[in-house]
Amino acid sequence: MSTPMLEITGVSKAFGGVIANEDISINVPEGSITGLIGPNGSGKTTLFNSVVGYHPIDAGTIKFEGQEISKLRVPEIARLGMLRTFQQTRIYGEMDCVKNMLISMPHRDESLMNIFTNFPPEATEKAESLLEFVGLFSKRYLLAGELSFGQQKLLEFAMALMNEPKILLLDEPTAGINPTLINGIIDRLKRANEQLGITLFVIEHNMRVIMNLAEHIYCLAHGQLLADGPPEELQDNQLVIDAYLGAH
Amino acid sequence: MIDNFLLLFQAPTVAVQTLIDGILIGAILALAAYGMALVWGVMNIINIVQGELVILGGYITLTLANMTGIHPLWTVPIAAVVMYFIGYGIYKIVIHRVVDEDMFISILATFGISIILQQLMDQVFGADIQSADTGFDSWGYLDDAITLSQIHVISLVIVIVLATFLVLYLKRSKMGRAIRATAQDARAARIMGVDTDHVYATTYALNAAICGAAGSLVVMTWIIHPFLGLAYTVRSFLIVIVAGLGNMVGVIIAGLGLGAAEQYASFLIGIEFRVAFVFLLMVVILIWRNILLSKERRYLK
Amino acid sequence: MNNSMIKYGLIGIAGILAPIVFANFQVQLGFLWLMILFALTWDTQGGQMGYNSFGNILFFGLGMYVCAMVQVGLVYDVGVYTAAAGLDSGKLNGEQYLTGLALGMGAAAVVGVAVAALIGSGILGLRGHYFAIGTLGLGIAFGEIFAGWDYVGAGSGLAPPPFPDELDFLGGRNLFFYYIFFALAVIAFFTLKKIYASRFGLALNAIRDDEDKAEAMGLRTVRIKTISWCVSAFFLALAGGPLGMLVGFIDPRETAFAGVTFGIWMVLMAILGGKGTIWGPVIGAAIFHVTQEFFWSFLLGWQRVAMGVLIVVIVVFFPRGIMGWLRDTWPDRFGEKVDESVPQEGAAQ
Ligand SMILES: Nc1ncnc2c1ncn2[C@@H]1O[C@H](COP(=O)(O)OP(=O)(O)O)[C@@H](O)[C@H]1O
Ligand SMILES: [Mg+2]
Repeated sequence: MSTPMLEITGVSKAFGGVIANEDISINVPEGSITGLIGPNGSGKTTLFNSVVGYHPIDAGTIKFEGQEISKLRVPEIARLGMLRTFQQTRIYGEMDCVKNMLISMPHRDESLMNIFTNFPPEATEKAESLLEFVGLFSKRYLLAGELSFGQQKLLEFAMALMNEPKILLLDEPTAGINPTLINGIIDRLKRANEQLGITLFVIEHNMRVIMNLAEHIYCLAHGQLLADGPPEELQDNQLVIDAYLGAH
Repeated sequence: MIDNFLLLFQAPTVAVQTLIDGILIGAILALAAYGMALVWGVMNIINIVQGELVILGGYITLTLANMTGIHPLWTVPIAAVVMYFIGYGIYKIVIHRVVDEDMFISILATFGISIILQQLMDQVFGADIQSADTGFDSWGYLDDAITLSQIHVISLVIVIVLATFLVLYLKRSKMGRAIRATAQDARAARIMGVDTDHVYATTYALNAAICGAAGSLVVMTWIIHPFLGLAYTVRSFLIVIVAGLGNMVGVIIAGLGLGAAEQYASFLIGIEFRVAFVFLLMVVILIWRNILLSKERRYLK
Repeated sequence: MNNSMIKYGLIGIAGILAPIVFANFQVQLGFLWLMILFALTWDTQGGQMGYNSFGNILFFGLGMYVCAMVQVGLVYDVGVYTAAAGLDSGKLNGEQYLTGLALGMGAAAVVGVAVAALIGSGILGLRGHYFAIGTLGLGIAFGEIFAGWDYVGAGSGLAPPPFPDELDFLGGRNLFFYYIFFALAVIAFFTLKKIYASRFGLALNAIRDDEDKAEAMGLRTVRIKTISWCVSAFFLALAGGPLGMLVGFIDPRETAFAGVTFGIWMVLMAILGGKGTIWGPVIGAAIFHVTQEFFWSFLLGWQRVAMGVLIVVIVVFFPRGIMGWLRDTWPDRFGEKVDESVPQEGAAQ
């Protein structure tokens, strides 16, 4: 296994009395698709928030390509090449899809000088081809806020790709999406991983999806790491089965 | 400024006197601020016209005292009642249309009402600075080195009575419970059968009544003129952001604190900069709190 | 020649000829361009970036004082000048007047931008209504500070030197300042139009639509917000000086830091025309200004009451503005449509 791109060690996070994450350690190898599962409220989103700098963590270290990032802020971490999508899906509602894509261009080497320049034609081309990739080409001049929830999720995914991240953290990419479209999403995630070389770290509630997608899966319950392993192994793990059954 | 600063130490009586004056004024500020917190908490509206409602209360007292010759103190409840109906009217004409809108819309709408009221008061009562003569004296201590204005003390007592009444009303009465339920969760309250429109109307009217009483006290203890309202709005806002919504004790402490801070500031930097001090203090507190929050990567919400 | 060039050409010609044809209305026409500049620069934050400022008037007032202080200060001691308000000694010759105006406007722009940059990151860290009320407080506070500052005449204001007779060959004071406001508004319009189409413009819109998302995507939001405020501050500060000289008297609360008139009108004009568009503020300002002049002519004494009523009516019944209404009615005219054409080949990643 190659070097970990993201190395989470002993991370804890509490909100008042609620311990959302307790002593969590996870490795995401470069080029992999790694899964994160667990019942509702088990602390998956909180862990993502901690990793991308959304809130300070109480204990532990988070290393991205060997660099400690737990003291950095959200935009700084994003510019290093680690991006996340939101469980509730967030897009720029009053802008059309192309503009949503254009402003998602990488901001790494933006300076005071080029901030007032226009987008080069290549940017528009890339935006359009990525919109085609997720099947939104014909909708590209509609306001993003007018798209359906599923389409917004696809747009958010395309925006993330536009940003050319090294690693992408996806928070429930298939939640609320029409089941007939789910296979298409799995396919696109795999292609993004294989063709664009983006490492994926995916929270997923749908067991069938994550078993299909990930090479290695971590399972959280009540804020703690319960088990981890390849999908086949985890499928038969009694702890994981109990956690899921107990939650329902 | 330096001289005045030194004076505070050389003559402790001056420092004490300033503190007392400030606290007595602060009590009235706290009253208006509590009304603002009520409207903010229940209706999610920042009522920019708050200050004009205070000033209008003052003019009601002035007019009644001048026309009928009764003592201004007796006009406090009358001002409150009249303002209750004015507040109810403002709600029915404008506010109910913006209650569920974006907060920016209601800020602008109440800003518009505040401009209307300013100009109407200017037309009707004139632009002069006015105050009501109560004929009260002062008590002197330490050979009159420290004086205690009687009307200030009386107004403090009135504020305490009103505050107690308000807290009891919100805790005990049926309407008070409906108001608190709406503040918690308007949709849930509606489902439970609370007529939220009526609750909003009453809350807004109640706030206007509170402002009316506060204004009545202001005109007796201090001065009013038609364009002084915004300063009271900002004072109320300042007190609320320091104390938080729905916290009567906090509002009173913050109000007294603001009164004292203002009094010291105008002693030190000059009375002409008093209003500037209040406004800048608000800006500084907002930014300061936001910076503290940003250490936890949050912001003022 | 395309349509928009004809449109701009006609507006340009009208702008140049208007004060000559309607020579009695030069001041009102000059104010029209100032109002357009107000609405345009307010919309950079309020409409494009979603930060509803009630304090942009701060930069206008600051510019007005700085410009007048420089113009007076090049010849007299400002303190002595203001103390001797109204004396004949306050006259400048043509050269002094123009040099003072040019240097004054330059200094005003520098000070305006510097103040915006300095307080920007703090104030613009506030969001929503906290930002709105914070800026409101800031604008009023500055007015009060100048109203207490004896050096610049405190509450009784400052009278800039009168327009020298020897400069009458320029067409007189009113015409001279008319063209200054015309030029400033036109430059502001094209500058903003240009930057709204750039990366910067989209970044503003992204902050407006979802600032947390913009940060999560790596945008330098603090920098973008501050620059946006600096741009508005630049134009507002430039416009302040000429207005003080056109009116001939600077009252700290009524002319310079006029929060309850100019300060709130900016907001209203942009809303009336349509927030977040380039033409909305222009149209809103034009309609508002004409209405306002009518109020002054027919409702004297009550014009501000009418103004307050107008504010309430606009925000309660027309919060999306003219452009917003047009867009809601004919979205496809604004380019919002499904495009069934096939994407170009060979553009794939
Ligand atoms: N900002 C917050 N403040 C307080 N509690 C929170 C916050 N975010 C999450 N929590 C709590 O932390 C726990 C884990 O939530 P979350 O990470 O969203 O779970 P998941 O994504 O696995 O469903 C829950 O009990 C939730 O209520
Ligand atoms: Mg979650």
